[in-house]
Amino acid sequence: MKSQSIKKRQLLIEAGIVGAIALLFAFLLPAFMSAFRLKLLGRFLSLAIVALGIDLIWGYTGLLSLGHGIFFALGGYALAMHLTLQLPDGELPEFFSLYGVSELPWVWQPFYSFPITILAIIIVPSIVAGLLGYLVFRNRIKGVYFSIITQASLLVFYNFFNGQQKLINGTNGLKTSTQNIFGVEAGSEPAQVAFYQVTILLLILTYCLCRWLTSGRFGRLLVAIRDDEVRVRFSGYNPTWFKVVVFAISGGIAGVAGALYTVQTGIITPSIMEVAFSIEMVIWVAVGGRGTLIGAIIGTLLVGFARSLLSEKFPEVWLFFQGALFLIVVTVLPNGIVGWWREEGVNMVRSLFGLRQEVVTYPSIDEAPEVQKEREEIGS
Amino acid sequence: MEGKVLEIEDLTVNFDGFKALNNLNFSMDTGELRVIIGPNGAGKTTFLDVITGKVQPTEGRVIFKGRNLRRTPEYQIARMGIGRKFQTPRVYLNLTVRENLDLICNKKKNVFSTLFAGSVPEEKRNVLSLLETIGLEAKADLQAAFLAHGEKQRLEIGMLVAQSPDLLLVDEPVAGLTDEETENVGSLLLALAASHSIIVIEHDMEFVRQIARKVTVLHQGSVLCEGNMDEVQNDPRVIEVYLGQQEEE
Amino acid sequence: MLPILDGLFNGISIGSVLLIAALGLAIVFGLMGVINLAHGELMMLGGYGTFVVQNVFKELGEPWFNLYIFFAIPVAFIVAALMGLILERSVIRFLYGRPLETLLATWGVSLILQQFVRSVNWVMVIGMGVFCLLFFGAMFFLRRLRIGNWALWLMGWLSLGIAIVSGILIGKTGQEALTKAWFSARNVDVTAPEWLRGGVPLGNFQLPYARLFIIGLTIIAVVGIYWFLNASDWGLRIRSVTQNRTMSSCLGIPTAQVDALTFALGSGLAGIAGCAITLLGSVGPNTGQNYIVDTFMVVVVGGVGNLLGTIVAAMAIGILSYLIGSGTLAVLLVQVEPLKPLADMFLFFATTSMAKVLIFALIIAFLQVKPAGIFPQKGRTVEL
Repeated sequence: MKSQSIKKRQLLIEAGIVGAIALLFAFLLPAFMSAFRLKLLGRFLSLAIVALGIDLIWGYTGLLSLGHGIFFALGGYALAMHLTLQLPDGELPEFFSLYGVSELPWVWQPFYSFPITILAIIIVPSIVAGLLGYLVFRNRIKGVYFSIITQASLLVFYNFFNGQQKLINGTNGLKTSTQNIFGVEAGSEPAQVAFYQVTILLLILTYCLCRWLTSGRFGRLLVAIRDDEVRVRFSGYNPTWFKVVVFAISGGIAGVAGALYTVQTGIITPSIMEVAFSIEMVIWVAVGGRGTLIGAIIGTLLVGFARSLLSEKFPEVWLFFQGALFLIVVTVLPNGIVGWWREEGVNMVRSLFGLRQEVVTYPSIDEAPEVQKEREEIGS
Repeated sequence: MEGKVLEIEDLTVNFDGFKALNNLNFSMDTGELRVIIGPNGAGKTTFLDVITGKVQPTEGRVIFKGRNLRRTPEYQIARMGIGRKFQTPRVYLNLTVRENLDLICNKKKNVFSTLFAGSVPEEKRNVLSLLETIGLEAKADLQAAFLAHGEKQRLEIGMLVAQSPDLLLVDEPVAGLTDEETENVGSLLLALAASHSIIVIEHDMEFVRQIARKVTVLHQGSVLCEGNMDEVQNDPRVIEVYLGQQEEE
Repeated sequence: MLPILDGLFNGISIGSVLLIAALGLAIVFGLMGVINLAHGELMMLGGYGTFVVQNVFKELGEPWFNLYIFFAIPVAFIVAALMGLILERSVIRFLYGRPLETLLATWGVSLILQQFVRSVNWVMVIGMGVFCLLFFGAMFFLRRLRIGNWALWLMGWLSLGIAIVSGILIGKTGQEALTKAWFSARNVDVTAPEWLRGGVPLGNFQLPYARLFIIGLTIIAVVGIYWFLNASDWGLRIRSVTQNRTMSSCLGIPTAQVDALTFALGSGLAGIAGCAITLLGSVGPNTGQNYIVDTFMVVVVGGVGNLLGTIVAAMAIGILSYLIGSGTLAVLLVQVEPLKPLADMFLFFATTSMAKVLIFALIIAFLQVKPAGIFPQKGRTVEL
């Protein structure tokens, strides 16, 4: 089994590279970067987590969700509620008195406990995603229909959260930066650096999870569903459940990302569920290259920094730029940066250094497989 | 009722007033190779759609191995042992040949065993022997998108066999093939017929004569007549329906 | 009885706004399977078109101003249709068969249009003019000289550069009139002509003329579209391409032209819808966003490629959202004792935004029964 040992070695190399980059980001960068930039980077990294989740369902399974803001916000609200409850005994969060609420609503009760909050961050968005997914996939609603329905449900959640002043402070949202977590103010610098490092850790965990999901049989089935769902059904698999599960996982991932994003932004409001933000998430994946996990991360960071640069200097240009980005990625770079690199970039760099281009002939191999196989057999 | 693999009683499918199938009665024995012919619009593909659960019948029942298939979803029917070959080869283009077969060889097809259990040695052996049968060993790790048309056909047949179905439904297997390939597919089907029940839908009369033992003629959604090739060919009703083609031969 | 009549009228009037907005979307989606996320922005363009026409007529004085709306409708139609045509020819036609990508591309267009109306001024228009002149001029000559693609790329960037530089230079001259944004980011108000203000009194409430006008406009638009699709040559072609694109193409129907025409038509209808909504409130860069999800829901519920489905869906959604949102339903149910809990539930949803929540839940429930909409296409699909 020669191929297996090669695979193992490749996996080890990959793990080494990921680990090295992570250590670099986690410990070296905080020493160099200003607190402001670091916070920005931390936010983008938490957005990269949700991009991984979107890549899982769009890049691999072919479901374009325009409603991931829901799950993102649910995770964010869960953590924000926990932080808001860090009060002396018997006291209620301040905003309740504004609306004349004297008793803590039952929804808030579980969030006193930190472990339950952590669970809720993952499980609540997963359940919501799974339920929505079940109701939609069960009827074989797919393609654009699915996208529109996720977008509509996003708007519905947005309206709902906006309308619930008495429950979650409506449009004003929940402020986390002035609250305490483990006795430290969440907005203070040490806490922010810790959040940053936790974000990196969770990004890596998410990456590993997605890597595991997409590399095995499960991942191949996702690709099969994307390519030909009818065939999958006639092969004895029920695509509905696979889609529900992967959508729920993706929702849970978005929840984690939302929680991390919230503590690093300092506030969460329903505006996180605006239609535009959720579509933007998709473009991060598209820029990096869908169907490649690393592409999702790269795309998020690139677009994030381009955004902060442009909107600092020329706020008017940003929307033009973003619009153009959508158009360009879709028409010129359908496989994103990573896809382009794999197809053409490698050869371009090679030819720059005067190296021979890799021969790309019939199935991008030099010789017919039959001949290769025979040669191997003779050799061994 | 022992020995019948498939029985269809009074089947009617009504598409918005248009009866694609009309009071169709049909039955076949276990291990039989049956060919279904009929002019365009006779309801042949709808017939397969109903058996595989893609279309729900308006009236009547489909009974497979003694079980009524009403309201059974497609994937359940596939697991019960009905495999379907499509007219154009449908394989997963972005997966390798081996992965294509591996997905089908998977015995437990629910979400969690697909997620947590890898391929067991028995399934791996299965894949290897299938690769050999369809003659694609050398291209096992190549994406299916790179295969030639005939190779895709073979891969799909391999995937079908991997399902180890009791009943094979084959929709126009020789459309667009050369004479030689047609004959190959014919002998492959005859070989498979030794261990499976097979329904073949076909237009090509030459090919039908090569493989057919018993032929059913569909016309306007009902069975026109049934019998061996000679009986069918001499039936005046069939001649009337098929007039053009009869004279050609 | 009166509250029911009132609810019905208001519901129909909401429904007719939805319908006129969804009409173009439904036609385009039915024909090409393309969801145009920039549809709302095309409505917005129609609204701004109306605003401009209104300003011109204000100059003309009183007798003319009362009639501006009749000029605004065709102007809005043409502006939006032209924009749609440009969009189809330059982007969407390259993306047929890739509906999800089209979705993203049209979203990009909608972002650009939003920012465009915010910051458009003479400098920008001049810059765009310079770019078009240089680029398309160069393209014209390059085509004749048969010079390769690289030259086109070069000319593209060169024209862009010159256009930007000339724009900046003009901007530097510091002429207020040139650099001032036409509309700015603030919403603009369109004054309805005198005869559209007020309404017909009916018991305790009144039917506003503006709403009646919109209902009338919607009826005219629907009848016009129905006539166009069913009685004209191009309508026949559009219907045939809707049903079977490949076959139509084999029969010599110019499918590319049909696509462009349909898209322009759908966009033009969005323009008319935009003109209609100026009567209901102010128009701003974000106007389009408020309508887009609602109109999509109409298309989803109505089913693909079916005018009747769209009409029924729009009316049903309109009436339901008014009845729930205004609390009429809650008030009605409260009178019947055993239905008290149900009334409480409806009371909870009795605001416009919360009504959307309940409507969405109902739509999802509806899709469980009829996944393909009210009037699904029947028969054996060509999918297999």
